[in-house]
Amino acid sequence: MSYIVKPKFHHPQLQKNDLGYTRRDYEGTLTTLCGGCGHDSISAAIIHAVHEMSLAPHQIAKVSGIGCSSKIPSYFLERSHGFNSVHGRMPSIATGANLANRELYYLGISGDGDTASIGLGQFCHIVRRRINMLYIVANNGTYGLTKGQLSATADLGSKTKSGEESRYDNIDLVSLAIDLGASFVARSFSGDKEQLVPLIQAGLSHRGFALIDVISPCVTFNNTPLSAHGYKNTWENNVVLSEIDFVPMRKEITARYSAGKDKEITLHDGSVIHLHKTGSGHDPGNRENALLHVNEYKKQGKIATGLLYINQDQSDFHELADTVNKPFNRLNEHDLCPGGEVLADINETFM
Amino acid sequence: MPLIAYSGGKIFYTLSPCLHRCAAKSTWHPNLMKPTDISNPDYFHKVVDCQWACPAHTPVPEYIRLIAEKRYTDAYMINWESNVFPGILGRTCDRPCEPACRRGRVEEQPVAICRLKRVAADYKSDIKDRLPGVPKRKNGRHIALVGAGPASLTVARDLLPLGYEITVFDRDAAAGGAMRTQIPRFRLPAEVLEEELNYVLHMGVKRRFGTEITSMKELLAEDFDAVFVGTGAPLGKTLDLPGFAEAKPNIHTGIEWLANVAFEHIDSIGETVIVLGGGNTAMDCCRSSKRLGGEDVKVVVRSGFDEMKASPWEIEDAMNEDIPILNFCVPKRYLLKDGKLCGMEFEKVRREYDGNGRRLLIPTGEEPLVLPCDDVLCAIGQDNAFPWIERDLGIEFDRWELPVLDKTTFQSTHEKVFFGGDAALGPDNIITAVAHGHAAALSIHLLCEGRDVKDRPADLTTLASQKMGIHQWSYDNDISNDVRYVVPHAAKEKTLNDINIEVELGFDEDLGYAETQRCLNCDVQTVFTTRSCIECDACVDICPTDCITFTANGEEGELRQRLLAPAENGEQDLYVSDTLGTGRIMAKNEDLCLHCGLCAERCPTAAWDMQKYLFNTAKAVNA
Repeated sequence: MSYIVKPKFHHPQLQKNDLGYTRRDYEGTLTTLCGGCGHDSISAAIIHAVHEMSLAPHQIAKVSGIGCSSKIPSYFLERSHGFNSVHGRMPSIATGANLANRELYYLGISGDGDTASIGLGQFCHIVRRRINMLYIVANNGTYGLTKGQLSATADLGSKTKSGEESRYDNIDLVSLAIDLGASFVARSFSGDKEQLVPLIQAGLSHRGFALIDVISPCVTFNNTPLSAHGYKNTWENNVVLSEIDFVPMRKEITARYSAGKDKEITLHDGSVIHLHKTGSGHDPGNRENALLHVNEYKKQGKIATGLLYINQDQSDFHELADTVNKPFNRLNEHDLCPGGEVLADINETFM
Repeated sequence: MPLIAYSGGKIFYTLSPCLHRCAAKSTWHPNLMKPTDISNPDYFHKVVDCQWACPAHTPVPEYIRLIAEKRYTDAYMINWESNVFPGILGRTCDRPCEPACRRGRVEEQPVAICRLKRVAADYKSDIKDRLPGVPKRKNGRHIALVGAGPASLTVARDLLPLGYEITVFDRDAAAGGAMRTQIPRFRLPAEVLEEELNYVLHMGVKRRFGTEITSMKELLAEDFDAVFVGTGAPLGKTLDLPGFAEAKPNIHTGIEWLANVAFEHIDSIGETVIVLGGGNTAMDCCRSSKRLGGEDVKVVVRSGFDEMKASPWEIEDAMNEDIPILNFCVPKRYLLKDGKLCGMEFEKVRREYDGNGRRLLIPTGEEPLVLPCDDVLCAIGQDNAFPWIERDLGIEFDRWELPVLDKTTFQSTHEKVFFGGDAALGPDNIITAVAHGHAAALSIHLLCEGRDVKDRPADLTTLASQKMGIHQWSYDNDISNDVRYVVPHAAKEKTLNDINIEVELGFDEDLGYAETQRCLNCDVQTVFTTRSCIECDACVDICPTDCITFTANGEEGELRQRLLAPAENGEQDLYVSDTLGTGRIMAKNEDLCLHCGLCAERCPTAAWDMQKYLFNTAKAVNA
């Protein structure tokens, strides 16, 4: 880790967003992760994404579990809400917070251990319950914090730095999420911010559960030539199934898109995703197709990235559970104690 | 646009969208950038903006770090070797380094480089044992230096340790040239001036002071091995307007008047004084007048206040002494009463620009401005004058009456005659004169050795890693966010009553230290090793000023716009790597780099390293 504070000076032409903030205003404390960790690039991508969307820091709640990945909420959005929960229990905290205040943007940060091992049960249920949040997995295929054991997402045959080979097939979080009913599923690579930033923006704007599985190399324990989650392998075997641009709500669409090649998806908050056809023939609107493609590329030793599946028509938890529209902290006495007439009406239903 | 690159039907390499877009773009530009050649001494030198801007190329960040360590004597000697007059320049330099200072590009004000130099001079210990030795046995060569100003004394300083005999001529009785005659003592105290002149004079200069040389022919007949002319630009201009002849006794030429004040031939002036001109000489004239009895002193300039040639801090100091500066007033006539100067009349003008962007001063048609005065000081420019150089000696002059010179060697069209300082290229400043002196001394040495004066030794450079341990550097990379510190001044009531009391008190040690911490250490370079890089983006993510981009190669102008943040200062080169594993390049915008070292601290493979680049110009001793 570095001992100095990152200098406050910035590029004099650094852009301010609609709220008058520069990107630097969305930073957190200086990272304490190993230099070269993919997780730092995820932090940087989140900062870029949120700044560009002109979200105020207080509109966002960061939730995380335990692990290198779950430390990173310290390193971005210093002025946002945050909760660092116990290992694998971030989904419970996110669910509770989301119930209490449905107006915040929920940004869950977890890792492969936190999500695919100790927290797998919690993960399955938050997907199934369609909690409206963006769940980012910083996936490096190793337990970096405990010195580099193979994790449950390590590919079959992948080797750690100490030479240990993975004998089991991996848990593929993307397939699992699609299978369990997630309505926004993407995979990306920490080294490719041009892909990752619009995916984060789309994931935050999407209503319902959004997962981005980010291949995020562990530079210390899992970055050998034989590591499936290393920089080299990911650069070389990354197959982009779909490419997107994100246009936040209220922003004019200035880029030109060719009608035949691009598909426009308008999200519930008015933001627009431009989906460019990539020649892979992948259609993110088709769930079965998405599962098929992900698995086909996996068999070839390739990593399918991009927006893999989206369904913006699916109801989220609040719709299904018919919850109150207001956040709890804005419910007043009248909302909570509506009086004798309402009680009489309720009693009437039991007659 | 296919996202998978195919080769023989088999996927061999897949480009991410980013790569793909960029790679597609790059094929449109055949002029891809070549990897930066960091072995070119100019490359990293340009990154040290202050040093690059300094005519003498003093290694500024190096001495600032030494001041921070309280190693004032070491800091002083670095200066002394490079610019000969650190104490004088620390008070009077035109500071070309400060507008160049990178700090001024990331916040409001540059580092107070000049006044830090003064800190080194003020707090140093005795340096006599550090001065170069002068051999008792001479090398048999004898050089004449005409004029005892900064240029000539620099030549003397460089040649005496090599065994040369040096004779310096000056029309004045004491050495120093413009440093003595044109800079008032309230800006440059006598003891500072004498101390630094004596370091050179006491190295064994033979002095022929007090007599003006009237013939170059006679001087050349004395059989010197070379003659260096450092006579400055000694001719002040006056303004011949109606009434001049009668008013003449009370109209003074700025530089002559200042010289007379310096030698104490003049110790008073009228109560009401008008100073004409907007340069530093005008500022010295008005402030000196204020101290010699001038109660109502005004500066009047023809053009706009913002067009004044004087350094901003000199203007500020004059205004702080309650001296008004009137602009857009063109002098028209001297007014007389009983055959004696009693005032001046000015025409009021406004500024307009013609079709070619040339500035014009158009009369406003208002009533002329009449200002009463007892004396007028003309500080409207100065000229070179070489009436003493016969034109049949083979020394050619151009149509502005300046000698025809080689701008690198400072050799004239006469093999043995060299020029430097204001005498060479027209009025400039002390630090430029010093730079000329170094170059001319080197030329003279080469000439005397029978070598080609144009075949000059390479400048001295070193590049060395500053890594001390993990995340530890030999320099303090934790720079301060403080704004520029103001140099304290002595009380006005005190300074305005005595022309010999220095106005600026200089930084004390604490203030000086605080100011050193603002320096960004631009000489500690970010050095990139392409083959070590794994393209993890750690450096990109940490860089506070968005200097680093990994992208497809391209043509420079297009690449500059495509970087994470645009690199708009075309004078500062981009640092471009060789092609990396993904086919991209690393392109770094040096212009805004804070040299904080975080890129190197975050780099997992030490592809970035912080290496100190020391640059010293080659001098006679290096030939």
